[in-house]
Amino acid sequence: MEENIISVRNLVRKFGSFTANDNLSFDVRKGEIFGFLGANGAGKTTAVRILCGLSKPTSGEVKIAGFDIYRETEKIKRNIGYMSQRFSLYEDLTVAENIQLYGGIYGLPNRLIREKQAELLNRLGMTDVRNKLIAGLPLGWKQKLAFSVAILHDPKIVFLDEPTGGVDPIARRQFWEMIYETASGGTTIFVTTHYMDEAEYCDRISIMSEGKIVALDTPAALKRIYQAPSVEEVFVKIARPSKSLL
Amino acid sequence: MNQAILSEDIRKSFGEVKALQGVSLDVGRGEIFGLIGPDGAGKTTLFRIITTLMLPDAGRMTVLGLDAVSGYKTLRRKIGYMPGRFSLYQDLSVEENLHFYATVFGTTVRENYDLIADIYSHIEPFKKRLAGQLSGGMKQKLALSCALIHKPELLVLDEPTTGVDAVSRKEFWEMLKKLQQKGITILVSTPYMDEATLCDRVALIQGGRILDVDTPRRITEKFPHRIFQVRSDEMFRLITDLRDFKKAGSVFAFGQYVHFTGLDDEVECVELDNYLDKLNHTNVLVEEIAPGIEDVFIHLMKVS
Repeated sequence: MEENIISVRNLVRKFGSFTANDNLSFDVRKGEIFGFLGANGAGKTTAVRILCGLSKPTSGEVKIAGFDIYRETEKIKRNIGYMSQRFSLYEDLTVAENIQLYGGIYGLPNRLIREKQAELLNRLGMTDVRNKLIAGLPLGWKQKLAFSVAILHDPKIVFLDEPTGGVDPIARRQFWEMIYETASGGTTIFVTTHYMDEAEYCDRISIMSEGKIVALDTPAALKRIYQAPSVEEVFVKIARPSKSLL
Repeated sequence: MNQAILSEDIRKSFGEVKALQGVSLDVGRGEIFGLIGPDGAGKTTLFRIITTLMLPDAGRMTVLGLDAVSGYKTLRRKIGYMPGRFSLYQDLSVEENLHFYATVFGTTVRENYDLIADIYSHIEPFKKRLAGQLSGGMKQKLALSCALIHKPELLVLDEPTTGVDAVSRKEFWEMLKKLQQKGITILVSTPYMDEATLCDRVALIQGGRILDVDTPRRITEKFPHRIFQVRSDEMFRLITDLRDFKKAGSVFAFGQYVHFTGLDDEVECVELDNYLDKLNHTNVLVEEIAPGIEDVFIHLMKVS
């Protein structure tokens, strides 16, 4: 029996009369790469904020790494990592300082931070640029470093927000190989994106529209069901908001 | 003069950074021409030189038959430019922005309304709203309307679909096709390789250099190797095992598959199949496929 690391049952989140998350139920397995898709305004951000323990649902049950979303948010935060392409690293700190800063925030002992820093710099081939400011690094390097920093404290789940937008095709693949490697070690990867080509790399994807999950399966199965050559085409077929494109 | 744009060995540096290292290409009148490349490839710099907003360090740029340096005043009336960052007046309304741009170019919204009707009609119900309060898709349509309101011969669009969801992206390309039918030449940049197939011709750009210029079909036909897509249940192990295969050339993840090219073209499906079988991979699938633009891009990046 596969272990569920994220378990969501009948999650509802309302803002006044507006229902941002309308009765979501889904599970994410340990070591899975799960893609969480939807058009702008579909309710992805609201749901992710809840899953990260930053906001409470109006009703429903949510368990993250076995912890309850209402009562154990601090434990949840210690067991998750988060990376967004845009906001993860401090541009005016050096590579080494960013690693130290995040290690400190995650509460790792100094000795362990030093060990992890050396190992990480070596693995990324970034030892020579350890004292360079983040601002001067190529985007592909920043992304790999941001991901490595997000898993510095060995979280059970790492949330990635549009992780690979904009980089060249080789850098993008190197990044996905890091993700595959991390997932094969048992870490769960939760990817939010509206880049449909990123979705193709996930084990399973869910597609949200107007607060509801309208599809959830492997990319291959969704393409078969909707008779579409790509996830992008699947998305165009089912994720269009009913009222208007605006 | 059939060329809308003729770029000859254009170079541009910013301090140490060589943004353009000898860019030569031509865009035919009436074409939808795509400039395809990742962030930092030099797309925006090239567009600024084409739109007369920046001077090249070296090389010659001819746009609509005029030199982009000496002919800039005339050219600016003939070019519509939509920059990558939303650059309309956020504190003016939709309608005010449109009228402002029309006036700057010495025309009126009424005179050229036909050209923008298809696009502007989507946002016209919100014409009193401030531009800063529009959604992403609406901003994009307003910016396109403003870039078209003086009836340009050449429309230059810098990453118009970046950050736009798949549905709006598809609509945007449909609008471009309609504008092309009205005789407008369209130069568009994008980091999305899959949008290449929507263009008549494309240039692939990386590190300030053009890797290739051709029709999307011919670009993929020129790919020199046989290419296989491979799948198994364990993605990461599949990639590392395929790289260890003695005749492995290039091995890269492509969504749910790995694309494999051999060192020579003697590799057959059955060989890969047997190799992965021995390594206890499950649900293995190997099939030969036609290369896509992204395969070509990766190949050209490696050989250049």
